[in-house]
Amino acid sequence: MSFSTSLSAVVEGLQVDLIHVEADVSNGLPVFHMVGYLSSEVREAGERVRTAIKNSGFSYPAKRTVINLSPATLRKRGASFDLPIAVSILAALDQIPTGNFEECLVIGELGLNGQVKKVPGILPIVMKAVEHGITRCIVPRENAAEAALVKGVTVIGVDSLRETAALLQGKVQKSSCEAEVLSGTADDEADGEGLPDFSELQGQENVRRAAEIAVAGGHNLLMIGPPGSGKSMTAKCIAGILPPLDEKESMEITKIYSVLGMVDERAPLIRKRPFREVHHTVTRAALIGGGTVPRPGEISLAHEGVLFLDELPEFKKSVLEVLRQPLEERSIQISRTYGNYRFPANFMLVAAMNPCPCGCYPDMEKCTCTPAQIQTYLGRISRPFLDRIDLCAEAPRVNYRDLAAPQRRECSSDIRKRVAGARKIQAERYRGTDISSNSMLRGKDLNRYCPLGKKEENLMERAFSVMNLTARGCHRIIKTARTIADMDGEERIRERHLKEALCYRMVDEKYWRR
Amino acid sequence: MKYEYWLACIRGVSAQKKICLREYMKTAEAIYYIEETQLRRFEFLNEKDCNKIIQAKKKKDLDVDYRKMCEKEIRFIPCFSEHYPKRLKEIADYPYAIYVKGALPGERTKKAALIGARRCTPYGEKYAIDFAKALAECGVEIISGMARGIDGMGHRGALLAGGKTYAVLGSGVDVCYPREHIGLYVDILEQGGGILSEQPPGTAPLPQNFPARNRIISGLSDAVLVMEAGEKSGSLITVDLALEQGRDVYALPGPINSSLSGGCNYLIHQGAGLLLSPEALLEEWEIRRKDTLSESEKTVKNEKMLESAEKLVYSCLGLNPKTPDQIVRETKLCVKKVLELLVSLELQGYIREISKNYYVISR
Repeated sequence: MSFSTSLSAVVEGLQVDLIHVEADVSNGLPVFHMVGYLSSEVREAGERVRTAIKNSGFSYPAKRTVINLSPATLRKRGASFDLPIAVSILAALDQIPTGNFEECLVIGELGLNGQVKKVPGILPIVMKAVEHGITRCIVPRENAAEAALVKGVTVIGVDSLRETAALLQGKVQKSSCEAEVLSGTADDEADGEGLPDFSELQGQENVRRAAEIAVAGGHNLLMIGPPGSGKSMTAKCIAGILPPLDEKESMEITKIYSVLGMVDERAPLIRKRPFREVHHTVTRAALIGGGTVPRPGEISLAHEGVLFLDELPEFKKSVLEVLRQPLEERSIQISRTYGNYRFPANFMLVAAMNPCPCGCYPDMEKCTCTPAQIQTYLGRISRPFLDRIDLCAEAPRVNYRDLAAPQRRECSSDIRKRVAGARKIQAERYRGTDISSNSMLRGKDLNRYCPLGKKEENLMERAFSVMNLTARGCHRIIKTARTIADMDGEERIRERHLKEALCYRMVDEKYWRR
Repeated sequence: MKYEYWLACIRGVSAQKKICLREYMKTAEAIYYIEETQLRRFEFLNEKDCNKIIQAKKKKDLDVDYRKMCEKEIRFIPCFSEHYPKRLKEIADYPYAIYVKGALPGERTKKAALIGARRCTPYGEKYAIDFAKALAECGVEIISGMARGIDGMGHRGALLAGGKTYAVLGSGVDVCYPREHIGLYVDILEQGGGILSEQPPGTAPLPQNFPARNRIISGLSDAVLVMEAGEKSGSLITVDLALEQGRDVYALPGPINSSLSGGCNYLIHQGAGLLLSPEALLEEWEIRRKDTLSESEKTVKNEKMLESAEKLVYSCLGLNPKTPDQIVRETKLCVKKVLELLVSLELQGYIREISKNYYVISR
């Protein structure tokens, strides 16, 4: 038989398309043709495949070879077609029986010596394959553990072309690679390893509390304080108190990391919420994702986790503004002429900044900035951006007493337990809706989930006029109060919850325009 | 009058020279039509001055400019006018003319200048308002420079008491500088006060205009009150001018460790009047206070309303901004409770948040 076809896949953005790799070897001039809207790295596969076949001990007759990757209208990129092309050619040369790899997805890059190398995006590819009823996947050995995360499919990891051929010829039997058994919930001790712990943070009662509330409700948090007051440290501590992930969320995050080739070979499943710190020189494309073929950016890498922006006013204004839509929609859409890509981006924003360029305001003894300088500094962050931040807290300068006589403080694991408790209450309340935390409540949901009593209504009314709140500001305060009430285990929002939430309100127009 | 306006608008020729020249020529019109040779014969005018005057004659749209100024309801008052403030004419280098939007300070009323740093602390802010308010309640007119910080607070305090207040600008009277004080600018005019300047309308707030405007502030007033000034503050220059003009100088004492009160404390050491309370000052000036509710009664009324925990937090606060962390340390209450009490106090108007999570007692 001179014709054969095998199944492979291509990843674009987070979207996977199955590809048929067809090979035809027939009499004629000994040429090697590859067609099917290929990018140059796919075109180069020809050289790799022919050499690898030869070096694996198979004979390659001087015949006319045509390779077609279908559907022909879809752009093919990446080096993951090497192995399926090789398999198709060997089948067309009758070296492998065709029937042995029907319903089998083959993927992998080849070295000239026939070695199979790892490729990115295995997890979403295998997931797609299962959706299409494929029962067997042949993947590079290094990717096998990752592929095995998907249930209901036989995953076979291979090292070389020769091994693959032997397998398909039925000469050797290989059992499916099993996913490592998940040890129940992620164990607490290992989780916080290497991260700073809240017990190491001295002083900072206010920010400590704000961070806990923010994490408990998934609220965005802004910390304002002089340099060296522990804002960055607090942010890093936040990574250690994030609530545990459920399996669905884990898979979703792993999928994104897989596409970018950032998955650990041995323990591929991501079980910790990601914490991404972004430097202020970041470009727009790196932050939200982009490129000719869009790749997920930092905000998608922080999906279900934390995105930390230190020195907020130093970020380019245009970069910060693009965060507005993902903060609202919890995903980002990137449009290209040939299609739209949507990446998930449900992250919690943690930002830190100084109150003025020198960092000492409002201590007029030390602050050397002019009002105009402070104004320009604060003006770099736009109102609409600030409108999307629920909590704002001041991190004051740490005094010497706190440093010199360190007190034993509450450690992260205790805080994490409380956070998890509050999250559980929220999960129960919002069961059956698309809301997963208090921060995701919209204006119209507030009446239903956050009813206020007479006393509380009066308090809000007073605060509205005294503190010059906006409608949006009011919503944010009620959402935050909902979280504080959840942390207290209270069904209803009480006055004290609202008052505390009011303390963390975003600095209002008056201060921002000072 | 338009020729007087023309003469006043010439930049780079000092007020004294203009006054001298006008004394010789009797009218500004005569100066406008003077021969160049005759002009050069005046010994007190140097080469440069003459060139400036000749240059100014070439300006074409004098009529238009003058009409425009009148349309903007800006009054032009040259020094020989009967409306020219008498007090201002007493000083050595009085301006050739002043431009006024609104009213001029009263001739018979007591006038106090409130001056101080732009960068000021809540302490200075509070007392600038308190003094201005108490003085204005008793009919004292407050004069200041409408700058950021103490100046603005002084005007604001006088306006709160419903009094008249006058701003002397370093720009033209139709240029509001700093821009964020536009509300203040409008309020001053609305309450029957006035905006004054030596600079022709439309002049930008050039740095070199400000020391000159300070002499007008002190010149117009009977006493100069320094609310907050650093040791090298520009306010001390104003004080020197005020002393040369024979004005009384008072200073508000401040903490000895605060660099922003260093200038004030220095002045007191040098013999400036000590500002202890508006009442004491009014007594010194023999002005009767009108309102009856004394300060002590007010505080009693205040404290009655607070519950004990609130009182504890309130007593921690002062005019130095404090953070919740500091209050937690001092009161030993938990941070949750402190935040709750702070919001209660803020909603009741006892304290205010001057920057994110920095609280001071409100005025």
